[in-house]
Amino acid sequence: MNAEYFMKHSGEIETGLSEEDNIYKENILDHYKNPHNKGEIKHNSSIRELNPTCGDEITVFLEIKDSKVKDASFTGHGCAISQAGISMLTDKIKGMNINDVKKIKNEDIYKMLGIKITVPRIRCALLSLKAVNSAVKNYEIRNN
Amino acid sequence: MNQNDFPILKQKINGKRLVYLDNAATSHKPLSVIDAESNYYGEFNSNIYRSLHTLCQKATNEFEKTRNKIAKFINAKEEEIIFTKGTTESLNMAANGLKHILKKGDEIVLTVMEHHSNIVPWQQIAKEKGAVLKFIPITKDYRLDMDAAKKIISKKTKIVSVVYISNALGTINPVKEIAKLAHKNNAIFIIDAAQAVPGTKIDVKDVDCDFLAFSAHKMLGPTGVGVLYGKHKMLEQLTPFNFGGHMIREVTLNDSTWNEIPWKFEGGTQNIAGVIAFGKAIEYLNDIGMNRIKKNDEELTGYALEQIKNVKNVKIIGPSDNKNRSAIISFHIDGMHPHDVSELLDREGVAVRGGHHCCMPLMKVLKIPGTTRASFYIYNTKEDVDVFIEALKKAIEVFKL
Repeated sequence: MNAEYFMKHSGEIETGLSEEDNIYKENILDHYKNPHNKGEIKHNSSIRELNPTCGDEITVFLEIKDSKVKDASFTGHGCAISQAGISMLTDKIKGMNINDVKKIKNEDIYKMLGIKITVPRIRCALLSLKAVNSAVKNYEIRNN
Repeated sequence: MNQNDFPILKQKINGKRLVYLDNAATSHKPLSVIDAESNYYGEFNSNIYRSLHTLCQKATNEFEKTRNKIAKFINAKEEEIIFTKGTTESLNMAANGLKHILKKGDEIVLTVMEHHSNIVPWQQIAKEKGAVLKFIPITKDYRLDMDAAKKIISKKTKIVSVVYISNALGTINPVKEIAKLAHKNNAIFIIDAAQAVPGTKIDVKDVDCDFLAFSAHKMLGPTGVGVLYGKHKMLEQLTPFNFGGHMIREVTLNDSTWNEIPWKFEGGTQNIAGVIAFGKAIEYLNDIGMNRIKKNDEELTGYALEQIKNVKNVKIIGPSDNKNRSAIISFHIDGMHPHDVSELLDREGVAVRGGHHCCMPLMKVLKIPGTTRASFYIYNTKEDVDVFIEALKKAIEVFKL
């Protein structure tokens, strides 16, 4: 019963890739190879976040003054998606009020990356936001 | 070898033929195994040992037949085979069951190339008992440093637990030699054989290990089934791990006594369908012959090692020659994360694994975030290697290295 079923249907399972599935777009590779804001800066909050399944690692450094992100940087390593993500996000949050930083949604990160994120890559894509949020929270706990 | 028996291999991935090189993670299943699992549910589903009706007799017989096949497969006695849900549970069972022999300051010897499943249980037990963990280091050629091992394994050592074949490096470790070192010091010797049993003829008496752990799903069998082999006299001093149904002899409100070996370690209803299907996997492997499987693995690995040397920027993370090396090829490309390599290979229909392979401590020792790993098994061919190499070149082009 089984054998027949598999023999009949297994050849039919097929998936295809379209151009929009290409996640290795020029801007992602640019940020990956030449990351912005990489290296430790003078900071008053920092936190290390890991993606345990694949070993992506990001440490975020934030210098926050009067509820504003004066400066932001990161160190770490990982796949193109996670590293391009934190490169872009540190650009984005510089000068932002931390209350606005806290409002950044997962969808905003996908939009910022400009690529289609598949299920296995969600954690890579969102590691940057997780790290930034933790660093902000860390700052708030210590200053309130 | 018999690709037609594996329905999953007939499909296309991204419009390309599926080239499955992730066998170290899990192997595919032949139809005989898939059918065995569903036949149990469709024809004689019942709980083993509990009842006296016909269905139960048939299920119990089939279940125990697998125990017999496995015993023969590794040259053990039937009662020395304990079913678990996988290598991880087997190692946890061994670690927990041996806890009572440890005193403060006793040493447990592992290696830096262990999978998390052969590190974390020992860490927990060491913390609880005040025991000390020691690690055998590796050489520049990614092999165990046996000179160091001779010094590390001492009279203080109570347990030595070592991986037979590294899932991250492909290194085959000299387990017979380590068994001698352990036993000379009256230590118990345990082998994580998850990557070894699928492609190597193993004789537990010849290796002289006290315990050996492996999983069905890496050797054509279903997921959720594993084995802990233990020498009879070792199982006598192993404390049970899962307390409950079927593992008891007598229960009163305040105390219990245990069933005989091996059933005292198999508390609760087992993965009956899985165990029965595992028996079919063993039959399939026996029909081909373990020597033939090993030869095929060696030929493919040798060929792939030669071919991969011609790809720019690739550094092999594992023994450089094909001696004492399994069908696992791990590599690193400077400037490309393993996840990106594996995602790009998938576009060409090539399935590999990228990451730390559950060996974070090893990656730390090697100072790399992870590797990309291609691993072969019985259905792979030289053509698969060729497709893989071409896909790898294409992936590197995307990153313009």
